[in-house]
Amino acid sequence: MAIVVKRPKLSFWEKLYLPGIIKGLGITLRHFFLSLTGKTKVSMQYPEEKWDSHLPEYYRGAPALVTDEQGRERCVACQLCEFICPPRAITIHPEEIPSEDKWAKVEKRPQEFEIDMIRCIYCGLCEEVCPEQAIFLRKEYAFTGLKREDMVHNKKRLYEIGGVREGLVNKWNELK
Amino acid sequence: MDITFILISVAKIIGLVFLTILPMVAYSVWAERRVSALIQDRVGPNRVGIPFTKIRLAGLGQPIADGIKFLLKEDFTPSHVRKGYYWLAPALTMVPALLTCAVLPFGSELFGIKMVIADLSVGPLFIFAIASLSVYGIVLAGWASNSKYPFLGGVRSSSQMISYEISLGLSIVPILMIFGQLNLSDIVMEQARNGWALLPLWGDRLSLKGFLLFIPIFISFVIFTTSMFAETNRLPFDLPECETELVAGYHTEYSSMKFALFFLGEYAAMIIGSGLAVTLFLGGWSLPFGWLVPEDGASVPFWMGALHILSFLGKVVAFILFFIWVRWSLPRFRYDQLMRLGWVFFFEIALFNILLTAGILLFVK
Repeated sequence: MAIVVKRPKLSFWEKLYLPGIIKGLGITLRHFFLSLTGKTKVSMQYPEEKWDSHLPEYYRGAPALVTDEQGRERCVACQLCEFICPPRAITIHPEEIPSEDKWAKVEKRPQEFEIDMIRCIYCGLCEEVCPEQAIFLRKEYAFTGLKREDMVHNKKRLYEIGGVREGLVNKWNELK
Repeated sequence: MDITFILISVAKIIGLVFLTILPMVAYSVWAERRVSALIQDRVGPNRVGIPFTKIRLAGLGQPIADGIKFLLKEDFTPSHVRKGYYWLAPALTMVPALLTCAVLPFGSELFGIKMVIADLSVGPLFIFAIASLSVYGIVLAGWASNSKYPFLGGVRSSSQMISYEISLGLSIVPILMIFGQLNLSDIVMEQARNGWALLPLWGDRLSLKGFLLFIPIFISFVIFTTSMFAETNRLPFDLPECETELVAGYHTEYSSMKFALFFLGEYAAMIIGSGLAVTLFLGGWSLPFGWLVPEDGASVPFWMGALHILSFLGKVVAFILFFIWVRWSLPRFRYDQLMRLGWVFFFEIALFNILLTAGILLFVK
């Protein structure tokens, strides 16, 4: 059955169409002057103005390695993040900790740790999977480079971005 | 033909077309982008300034950057087009748009030379004759592109432009009746002495007859302006290229400088249309309230001539801003609404308007 849609009944002025046009022009003119005088300000002038100070705690920026308060690296090169990483952005070259080292019981550490930021999708699975709480998604997000190699973060760069993170990590406990 | 006349004409052509209208085209694109951005609470292009410095000039370098971009882009011709017509079309849009500026009086006198390229006694007729040629560019572009969207755009454009040409032509008949001539320079002079068509507040037109004539002139102005929107394919009548339905309409298959020519042609037509509206309805180069009207036969000092040119350009710029303002306020008409508006309303109102003017001219002394 066909549905009959009732047309709204237009008044004379609505049919004339001109008052509507003038009203519309008034609205756009108001917007024009308000944004011309800077009363409405929506856009952020990106490179000069950034949203950085408003980023929430849970913001997922670039993944980075963190050290503890004493500057020791938390990563034990277990390679779980390398396995879980969906776009395979992480490459870890593990090395054995020599037996004369004080922390020889930790056994492994990354000799080189690379994250390819062209591949990274900022999903945060590496952070989630890390048993040592060594990798975190930090608030940096703007990376540029002129070559593909520039976009690969090596260990040094990752620690620069990551910084220090406090909190208990079991592997530094000599009794465990 | 003596040589000085040719040299002076060339100087006027270069001064008006290449040093005024083409830069105005470039900067009206910039104005369009900035104003539309402000209307929509955005910022718009505000970065490009002087290259290699931090000086930004509110983005005034943008049109130059755009121009360089258009020149450097690959000029791509699809394999499925009719090459000859495809190449001809952009030129046919651009040339008529620029030709029409020949009869526009853009100033009174400068160094004793009349500031109009060709002081024809058939000004408006010349403009309509040439401006109606620009439809060929669009139709050729649509057909030669040999593709669905340009074709539909071309068909729509031809019907729209032909329909609105009628009301455009009829709407200025009352003005011509009132001033009794077709020479645009003399029409402007008359308005300078005796009140603008749309501002009859001094001179002879400050009378009952002047006020009565204001009614048909105002109707003419509304019809003329609206038809001008349709003729230049501007929103709310941009059916030939409406992005949401036809990708880009008749210039879908064009790129690089050929696309730029369509763009330039559209904006040049807009500027010259504004110029014509200003000349006919808003007193052309004259200043309001009969200030600084040149006497008959007396020479016009340089500063006064320059002031008159500035006055004309100022009015044209204001009119272009009005064009932009309307474009970003109104939605596009549906095709049948457009045709109905043109043929059922404007055509009849324009005819009636001529009768009304004739009646006022005949019976009111």
